[in-house]
Amino acid sequence: MTAAANLLTITAVLAGAFFFLAGTVGLLRFPDTLTRLHALTKADNLGLGLVVLGLLPRTGSVVAGFKLILVWLLVLLASSAVSQLIARNARRSPP
Amino acid sequence: MDDFLRAATVFVLAMVALGLRCVLRGPCDADRMMAAQLFGSGGIAALLLFQAASGLKPVIDVALTLAVLAAFASVAFVKAGTNSNDAEEGPQQ
Amino acid sequence: MSIATHISLALLLLGLAFWTIVVRDTFSAVAGFIPYGLLLTSAWLALAAIDVALTEAAIGAGLTGALLIAAASRLHKTEIAARAEQRGTITRILAAILATTMTAAIMACILRLPDRAPTLAPTVARHLAQTGVGNPITAVLLSFRAMDTLLEAIVLLVGLIAIWSLAPDRAWGGRPGQAQTEDPKGPLAYLARVLPPIGIVIAIYIFWVGADHPGGKFQGATILAAMWLLVMMSGLSDAPAIDRGWLRFLLIVGPAAFIAVGFLGVVVAGAFLSYPTGFAKLLIVLIEAALLPSLAVTLALLLAGPPRRPGRRA
Repeated sequence: MTAAANLLTITAVLAGAFFFLAGTVGLLRFPDTLTRLHALTKADNLGLGLVVLGLLPRTGSVVAGFKLILVWLLVLLASSAVSQLIARNARRSPP
Repeated sequence: MDDFLRAATVFVLAMVALGLRCVLRGPCDADRMMAAQLFGSGGIAALLLFQAASGLKPVIDVALTLAVLAAFASVAFVKAGTNSNDAEEGPQQ
Repeated sequence: MSIATHISLALLLLGLAFWTIVVRDTFSAVAGFIPYGLLLTSAWLALAAIDVALTEAAIGAGLTGALLIAAASRLHKTEIAARAEQRGTITRILAAILATTMTAAIMACILRLPDRAPTLAPTVARHLAQTGVGNPITAVLLSFRAMDTLLEAIVLLVGLIAIWSLAPDRAWGGRPGQAQTEDPKGPLAYLARVLPPIGIVIAIYIFWVGADHPGGKFQGATILAAMWLLVMMSGLSDAPAIDRGWLRFLLIVGPAAFIAVGFLGVVVAGAFLSYPTGFAKLLIVLIEAALLPSLAVTLALLLAGPPRRPGRRA
């Protein structure tokens, strides 16, 4: 593995981990269900995207890289739809 | 590099565990629905990092399956939560 | 994976399991059960059992979670009354003694397990080439122990009939569940339009790759069932009435094909479910291809529940 690819992996995975940290901090500290949902969805998905980016140079084949991106796209699709549904539920029945 | 990725896996898992603790104690139902969501993104990230660290190729298939089924489980969750809310508000069910 | 990771995973599992049992609200308990299933997936991966991890992710986290949440929401009305019940002190003490004794017995058994666990894995590895498949788990499930897989498929079918038997008389032959009234332009309908095509491709991929790598018909069928249930939950398509011919055909085609191959084995190779030499891979693929739709429909209908609305004859 070339040095440049290693550097990309380390930077991207570190950035992704940072976003996961930010998302979790938001989850812990935000006062309201909707803001917590926001922290969870935005930060964690960006974290996952960065992790996928970082792991792309390490995949052995095009198919494996394609699968990685597919996983990220699926999670993006699912969480954007599901977070809308959760938000609607949260607004209809406040605690 | 492998050690770095392994450490990253543990870190992401720890973040997910922390988030889980917060989400499961939240005040309302919507918080609980976020638990499946949380695992959908954080858990899959940990899986992908684990695959890269350990070199086991088929783990990506587990991540694919998980992505699809976590979406389904989250939707089932939200629908059930919504239905029980509706049942509380109105007598028709 | 290092000892530290194994230990932290185990502690996390125990903590979550404890919380799931102790929490009062069933909705929260199921909300804890789904991450528990996913943690168990990681545990299987830590033990390098990828097929099991795949199945755990599909069934344990996804389908069982949805099943439990449906059950929890049906029990919602009686939950307050159930929570208010108080057991007597004697009952609680007896229950505590029983639980502790059982736990101690299980711990004693585990600590006394032999160091070299008796295993048939080398024998399987030696005869793997004869089955024509590369994945030893598929070989065990569909060749060496094909009988167990056949019975398992039939048990699922019988379970489905048992669930159908819970239908009220007037709804027999009708559609399961309530009619869904979702916004056809909303996010759920959008998800149910975009995700299932991708899910179906992934399901068939996992099914196909199961011959030589982790995967197989069971995990593929679970994904298919989940996609169909998603479409039903979003209101894009109503649950089918259970007296439809095509539905019943799909349900039995898998076990029927399996049994037919079994009897073929009696005629050609001398024993029920034995494969004639050279045809093993072909027959395995045939059985799996027939079982895939059957399992998918069975699992989806298991989760849809007993029919509640009359079908054609209203």
